[in-house]
Amino acid sequence: MTALLTIIVLVFILVAIWQMVKIFDLAQAKAENSQVANDKDNKINGYLMIAFLAFIYIITIISFVKWGDLPLLSNAASEHGPRIDNLMIISMTLIFVVQTITQFLLHYFAYKYKGEKGKKALFFADNNKLEAIWTIIPVIVLAGLIIYGLSTWINIMGVNEDDDPLVIELYAQQFNWKARYGGEDNTLGKSNVRLIDIDRANILGLDESDPDAQDDVITTELHLPVGRPVLFKMRSQDVLHSAYMPHFRAQMNCVPGMITQFGFTPTVTTTEMRQKPEITDKVANINKIRVEKSKELVAKGQEALEPYDFDYLLLCNKICGKSHYNMQMKIIVETQEEYDAWMKEQKLFKNSLIN
Amino acid sequence: MSAHEDTHAHEDHGHHHKETFVTKYIFSQDHKMIAKQYLITGTIMGVIGVFMSMMFRMQLAWPEEPNVLFETFLGKWAPNGIMDADIYLALVTIHGTIMVFFVLTAGLSGTFSNLLIPLQIGARDMASGFLNMVSYWLFFLSSVIMVISLFVEAGPASAGWTIYPPLSALPMAQGGSGLGMTLWLVSMAIFIASSLLGSLNYIVTVINLRTKGMSMTRLPLTIWTFFITAVIGVISFPVLLSAALLLIMDRSFGTSFFLSDIFIQGEVLHYQGGSPVLFEHLFWFLGHPEVYIVILPAMGLVSEIMASNSRKPIFGYRAMIASILAIAFLSTIVWGHHMFVSGMNPFLGSVFTFTTLLIAIPSAVKAFNWITTLWKGNLQMNPAMLFSIGFVSTFITGGLTGIILGDSALDINVHDTYFVVAHFHLVMGISALYGMFAGIYHWYPKMFGRMLNKNLGYIHFWVTAVCAYGVFFPMHFIGMAGLPRRYYTNTNFPLFDDLANVNVIITIFALIGGAVQIVYLYNFFSSIFFGKKAVQNPWRSNTLEWTAPVKHIHGNWPGDIPHVYRWSYDYSKPGHDEDFVPQNIPLKEGEEELQH
Repeated sequence: MTALLTIIVLVFILVAIWQMVKIFDLAQAKAENSQVANDKDNKINGYLMIAFLAFIYIITIISFVKWGDLPLLSNAASEHGPRIDNLMIISMTLIFVVQTITQFLLHYFAYKYKGEKGKKALFFADNNKLEAIWTIIPVIVLAGLIIYGLSTWINIMGVNEDDDPLVIELYAQQFNWKARYGGEDNTLGKSNVRLIDIDRANILGLDESDPDAQDDVITTELHLPVGRPVLFKMRSQDVLHSAYMPHFRAQMNCVPGMITQFGFTPTVTTTEMRQKPEITDKVANINKIRVEKSKELVAKGQEALEPYDFDYLLLCNKICGKSHYNMQMKIIVETQEEYDAWMKEQKLFKNSLIN
Repeated sequence: MSAHEDTHAHEDHGHHHKETFVTKYIFSQDHKMIAKQYLITGTIMGVIGVFMSMMFRMQLAWPEEPNVLFETFLGKWAPNGIMDADIYLALVTIHGTIMVFFVLTAGLSGTFSNLLIPLQIGARDMASGFLNMVSYWLFFLSSVIMVISLFVEAGPASAGWTIYPPLSALPMAQGGSGLGMTLWLVSMAIFIASSLLGSLNYIVTVINLRTKGMSMTRLPLTIWTFFITAVIGVISFPVLLSAALLLIMDRSFGTSFFLSDIFIQGEVLHYQGGSPVLFEHLFWFLGHPEVYIVILPAMGLVSEIMASNSRKPIFGYRAMIASILAIAFLSTIVWGHHMFVSGMNPFLGSVFTFTTLLIAIPSAVKAFNWITTLWKGNLQMNPAMLFSIGFVSTFITGGLTGIILGDSALDINVHDTYFVVAHFHLVMGISALYGMFAGIYHWYPKMFGRMLNKNLGYIHFWVTAVCAYGVFFPMHFIGMAGLPRRYYTNTNFPLFDDLANVNVIITIFALIGGAVQIVYLYNFFSSIFFGKKAVQNPWRSNTLEWTAPVKHIHGNWPGDIPHVYRWSYDYSKPGHDEDFVPQNIPLKEGEEELQH
């Protein structure tokens, strides 16, 4: 039935187009009907070019005003975050300026030089000076961007072992995350997926004979002490995943068969972040949307949505299968004392095994 | 085609055979017919690809509402009109595959390289008409296999168009990685064979069969881009073929090229020592040049159409060629910018950032040259011209954000988000489609001997142009907000609840933009039969194809092949009465040729 309806609608659309074409043709003088643009077409489309330029500017302004002040853009929660954000703002400003100017020239020229019968174009094929200018300017600008970008990149990716980073393993599987802490010795025990023993609850494949593994702690929530450098070691047991922590400007793929790494220092606790005005605004806005939606759901006899409070998140950002869209882990940044207290409650690996 | 016209051509061509229906319309070795076959096959694949995008856009805008269209078209994959998560990934995967390879590589390059290379260089046909025919039919076969894979029991390939293993290698990881993925790989292997045969043919033809006087520096830019595109294709497509073959080995013969240490569904697999990152390197060694394989021909078409419709020479002809060469060279050494966070050595990331940002330089040169071509022109606003201007607009908008994604430090946070989706759709998806549309509107009279209706063309362009920006401009911002791509729904993340309305806006623009393509399809197919009859040179262009008769003949020109005396951009040249001087007109006494 739906298929039939779709076909009928399609037929109507085609007939409508056909009628439209006939009207166009009737409106045109017989001799003129060459289907090549005439002065009238040039004029109309020239004006539309200016209208389109306005449309581009308007959609740019709306996007920046409505969605441009994303809390994510101005509230990095890691030490290196502001460096990335600065580079981003510089690049964005540059792009904005170039975009505004070039789109103006393109559409303005299209309007200004719209064709007229009898007019002749300027025979202007080459100008080395002009071309040199628009080669050299991008060279200089890009040289600056490359230098700034690379220094930022090297700074982020370089791991300084002297900082005594807290070593945490992020372990990915379809479709959830685990975190493994090194325990007292801050050293992760050896592991391999071949050692996984579900019956004994050795779910990450730790080497049970390795002394370093005994005090490891495996959790389903990621807790980080504020201000201490963290070095993540990423591992996956099945397919590619990507550990994406947008608030910390951090991302690294988890690759089966190898260990990848990424390090950063969290600088804002979850509690502090929740109190920032941008975040409270955002949360209030989201809750307003959720209340609206809950009303609809309740009317349909479904359950209302839970109210939302801000939390840092670890998301999977590499397609990994059916439930890719729901592979997440909560991240909690807290003071050293809170972290220690939480850690004390966790089971050590040697105590979590089922014998 | 009458027998009378035929004899002339065949005298020069040197072989005689009688055309039957089959040799003329099906197993044709005539480049013009093959071009049309590519175009129509590409169009059909394009309709499928775009329709899929409409489906998953509706899912993203209204994730929990039953949709009668889902129920109708997806059947068991949408019980009660609710789309299944697996089929969502399949739709995204096949949409990407079809649009990148079947529409924008074969549909665009296949159509216009075939149509224009012999006609614009002054050749009777391609170097090998037979290989050309084989190339098309392999493409057709691969299209059929790809479409068949949509109906496989466990679902079509759904590991994303980049088919990263292990997800694509293990049937237990995902339903689509079973027979669906096998068919995908077979289809792509055949597609690559088709593309290589085509490319070799284009290269040989351009090098060997140029008519007298057609030096490389008199070639229209279209031919330059087709030529360089074919070279890039020959260099990079075999690498994807090797990746596909190795993946087939891993999947079916127990090797471990890309797999190691895998525990899935309660069991350890035997794979040991391979690396998925190796696959990523092999894939992107094609994958990145591929975006230039898609965009370069569009650039060539746009350059030609802009010059012709501006009634002005293309500005900076030599700089244009130099930037095509620079882009082609750089395109083969930047693939790592897709892999900044793949776990590859950060030092490599630095190298790839450097090479990637360099591409902005030749790209900027091209953009400025196009804009300058418009300056003080006498612009004829034909639909082809509008799409060309639209091309430059979206190429700039999309290209600029490449500065962000090519910068490894910035890529960390926007990698694999909707920011990337917005970027590459504008810079290679929409731009290349605009290039293709521009080419179709411009060369339709050459292909079918009739004109497309211009008013429908205007409606098509303006609605598409507004919708393209409406879809992809806001999409950058949801990406910057951290929304990952390839999520079936975002409702599990209250964090993104305030972006839901943006997704609705995007989808509405997408649906309108998709619907207006019906106008184009109507125009295309009805004009084949009822369009206004074309004159020989409707756009008053300089290139050689417009010196050939409207009615197609085997061998292209009834008499001798025209000789060439000048470059193809003598528009509005002082000293001539007309505002165009075709390439086959000898220089006047005392006239100097500009570019030599």
